[in-house]
Amino acid sequence: MANVTFRIWKGRGEEAGYKDYDTDITEGMVVLDAVHQIQAESDPTLACRWNCKAGKCGSCSAEVNGQPKLMCMTRMDTLDTSEPVTIEPMRAFPHLRDLVTDVSWNYEVKKRIAPFKPRKPDAPDGTWRMSQDDVDRVQEFRRCIECFLCQDVCHVLREHHKHPEFAGPRHFVHTAALEMHPLDTDSRIGHMKNEGGIGYCNITKCCTKVCPAHIKITDNSIIPLKERVVDEFYDPLTKLFRIFRPKSRS
Amino acid sequence: MADPSHTIHEHDVIVIGAGGAGLRAAIEASASGVSVGLVCKSLLGKAHTVMAEGGVAAAIGNVDDRDGWQVHFADTMRGGQYLNNWVMAEIHAKEAPARVLELEAWGAVFDRTKDGRVLQRNFGGHKYPRLAHVGDSTGLEMIRTLQDHGIHQGIEVYMEHTVTTLLKDGDRVVGAFGYDRERGRFRIYKAAAVVLATGGIGRAYKITSNSWEYTGDGHALAYNAGADLVDMEFIQFHPTGMVWPPSVRGILVTEGVRGEGGRLLNNKGERFMFDDIPDLYKNQVAKDDEEGWRYVLGDKEAHRPPELLTRDHVARCIVREVKEGRGSPHGGVFLDIAWIKEKMKNAPEHIKKKLPSMYEQFKELANVDITTEPMEVGPTTHYVMGGVRVDGLTQMSTVPGLFAAGEVAAGLHGANRLGGNSLSDLLVFGKLAGEHAARWAKEHGQGHIDAEQARDAEREALAPYERDGAENPYGVQSDLQEMMQEKVGIVRNENDMAAALDAIAALKRRADGVGVEGHREYNPGWHTALDLANLLTVSEAVARSALDRRESRGGHFREDCPDKSDEFAKHNTVVRKGPDGSMQLRREAIPPLRDDLKKVIEEQK
Ligand SMILES: Cc1cc2nc3c(=O)[nH]c(=O)nc-3n(C[C@H](O)[C@H](O)[C@H](O)COP(=O)(O)OP(=O)(O)OC[C@H]3O[C@@H](n4cnc5c(N)ncnc54)[C@H](O)[C@@H]3O)c2cc1C
Ligand code: SF4
Ligand code: SF4
Ligand code: FES
Repeated sequence: MANVTFRIWKGRGEEAGYKDYDTDITEGMVVLDAVHQIQAESDPTLACRWNCKAGKCGSCSAEVNGQPKLMCMTRMDTLDTSEPVTIEPMRAFPHLRDLVTDVSWNYEVKKRIAPFKPRKPDAPDGTWRMSQDDVDRVQEFRRCIECFLCQDVCHVLREHHKHPEFAGPRHFVHTAALEMHPLDTDSRIGHMKNEGGIGYCNITKCCTKVCPAHIKITDNSIIPLKERVVDEFYDPLTKLFRIFRPKSRS
Repeated sequence: MADPSHTIHEHDVIVIGAGGAGLRAAIEASASGVSVGLVCKSLLGKAHTVMAEGGVAAAIGNVDDRDGWQVHFADTMRGGQYLNNWVMAEIHAKEAPARVLELEAWGAVFDRTKDGRVLQRNFGGHKYPRLAHVGDSTGLEMIRTLQDHGIHQGIEVYMEHTVTTLLKDGDRVVGAFGYDRERGRFRIYKAAAVVLATGGIGRAYKITSNSWEYTGDGHALAYNAGADLVDMEFIQFHPTGMVWPPSVRGILVTEGVRGEGGRLLNNKGERFMFDDIPDLYKNQVAKDDEEGWRYVLGDKEAHRPPELLTRDHVARCIVREVKEGRGSPHGGVFLDIAWIKEKMKNAPEHIKKKLPSMYEQFKELANVDITTEPMEVGPTTHYVMGGVRVDGLTQMSTVPGLFAAGEVAAGLHGANRLGGNSLSDLLVFGKLAGEHAARWAKEHGQGHIDAEQARDAEREALAPYERDGAENPYGVQSDLQEMMQEKVGIVRNENDMAAALDAIAALKRRADGVGVEGHREYNPGWHTALDLANLLTVSEAVARSALDRRESRGGHFREDCPDKSDEFAKHNTVVRKGPDGSMQLRREAIPPLRDDLKKVIEEQK
């Protein structure tokens, strides 16, 4: 058992700042356990989000020693505890209180992306046929737990605050999941180019590095989407083709 | 006149809870043309449903075409030891396939069979491979599909709002009172019909797979509004939760591990599940390792391995092994999936592909590689079969205008729920509740909101602030959890449960005295203080119902009455709030099974 100091972002608005808490750490504890222990022992007002405590719901996102992490999946024994461990809210979103941020913008962005629109069923009983190989890629994207850590780390949002013009990596993953869905018939490529601002992404891959669901965000979703944007809008042949078949998909 | 400090949100239907049941109800109500508000304690998409792993049960028959609604119905009734509301069990078995396939039309991507259809896997108590799934994250797929479909249906979502009281006009429910977490401001959700879809009560126990949300709010809201709760003695202790390290104790290890061939072993390396096969399943269990493995591979002649018996039974066998000194180092037993490498070449890849989040969970949280070493597991509080008593055809509770669906409602599962039958429950009865709530709303219109009731609710909610410096709510919560774990847990007896009722009375007095400090904005201490009353109400309902049932059946096991009794097979236990505010219990006879359904059960024996 070791006594560890946590330096946690506390408060709201102008008054917010770091506050130090000490608590005992035992074998196997994760950062979220420490936060809960502090709530129970010394500060019942300390606000944080969590639900599953097993990396499945994407609620407990925070910045631990400056790294975007799920608190419930960050073991204390992976951190240097000789120094205070800092825990801060995600910095790319408006702060609410303590470790809680306002992530509602993400929900708005998603709502503006056209929903799934399947082709007619393949079988008379109203079902479809898809092979496992055809859905592997889409299933990768659908593992997203909406933790928004990728949004938090992306410099386009974090440093350049392009929130209104840039959907961010989470929504590129969402769009790719729809675009590559074998049954989908809609196109969101124009939306990605314009409202989605996918052109702002300069493929730094920071988002991929932090994704707790191990989605290859950049390689598997952003780059293919960028290619589709090019095909659809800048390739003269496709452009011509579009005049006749506006909804064609490559 | 309502209090001007209470913001009023008016809808035809208010759905409380945005898990699978709530989302499905909201989608259905909205589709029938009424205005719908959806209230949830967490952010959208974070409800418990997101954590479900193994799959959703539906007799689609894609993997074994001998499956059909009759088999599913009989399995559900046998699993529930015939205390189920059979009207619900029939509707569920018949409608689950359509509800699951409908998700595909909304974008869900289930794992596939070789010929491109929805793949189904084996699970405890299901005769044939029946669980549609996505690896071991089926709940994520389900909630995201419903969420992404739902956000385009014109439903108003109130995220991070908590309902504390239902508002009534005479007999009928006409809305709800609550607060938003961000600012702690009070809200009135005015509605012609209210659907409860708040999930379970697992936080009443110390070792649980459930999150902070599972404080039995919906159960208590309904109870306080005068509704009946039924079957509250039946709690499912899932046999396989993590046991080590201490901070992860209780986190679920999906039954899918056993469905894929995982074996339970004691510290002598014995496969102890073969030692005790219950009579109801005598003809349905493999005779040895070999036959069990053939079953896993899909051999239609083979019977299931004993690890795939119902959860209540498996959990008790584990408790027995530990008690008799054959447990693992940290008080569980071993669950071994790595052994399948003896049977297949690419076993590690297969395991990672079929159980990716289990692989991750053990690697990250326990330093265990499940493709090479066994896991340590033990029982964890998982699911409550009991809940709001509803009409099987409409999902309306005994209070007019108040509907319930999902884990908060009772009936489908009887004394024990089969794995996978919850996700299908959410879809089938979520839809039904949404449909009937909308119809009720159209027929009855808005009622009258009594400002006095709202002011009382506000006073009650703010009371902990008046007691600054008093006891902190976390202490009372953890004492309750420990007490319930010890006295009303997996193995029960009369003395312990009587003591539990005394302890609950004492804890209630302490809860009435807890204080919170500081502000009302996102203050977890305050939220915990308010949840306490609900936890205590459901704990009392569990203890009282369990004390009255002098037999052992399904999730309810009494060492002082270890056998099933014919007498107790005839009724469900119902609790209701009496006129003096005390909890009143009565035994309610189970209506006789329809003849054609009786025949179905006979045929499936
Ligand atoms: C780890 C785990 C794995 C599981 N795996 C499976 C499986 O493989 N197959 C299966 O069939 N079942 C499984 N289950 C069970 C199943 O997931 C749950 O029973 C089911 O998801 C419950 O769904 P629900 O819609 O009833 O409630 P939930 O999904 O829990 O949603 C409850 C909602 O109510 C809201 N709420 C609660 N109280 C209030 C309040 N006072 N005010 C406002 N909102 C409130 C919450 O915020 C939440 O939105 C599993 C459960 C767990 C814990
Ligand atoms: S790869 Fe693109 S989306 Fe991802 S972090 Fe870098 S700039 Fe942002
Ligand atoms: S893509 Fe990965 S990092 Fe981004 S929200 Fe989803 S799970 Fe989180
Ligand atoms: S609490 Fe669910 S991801 Fe951390």
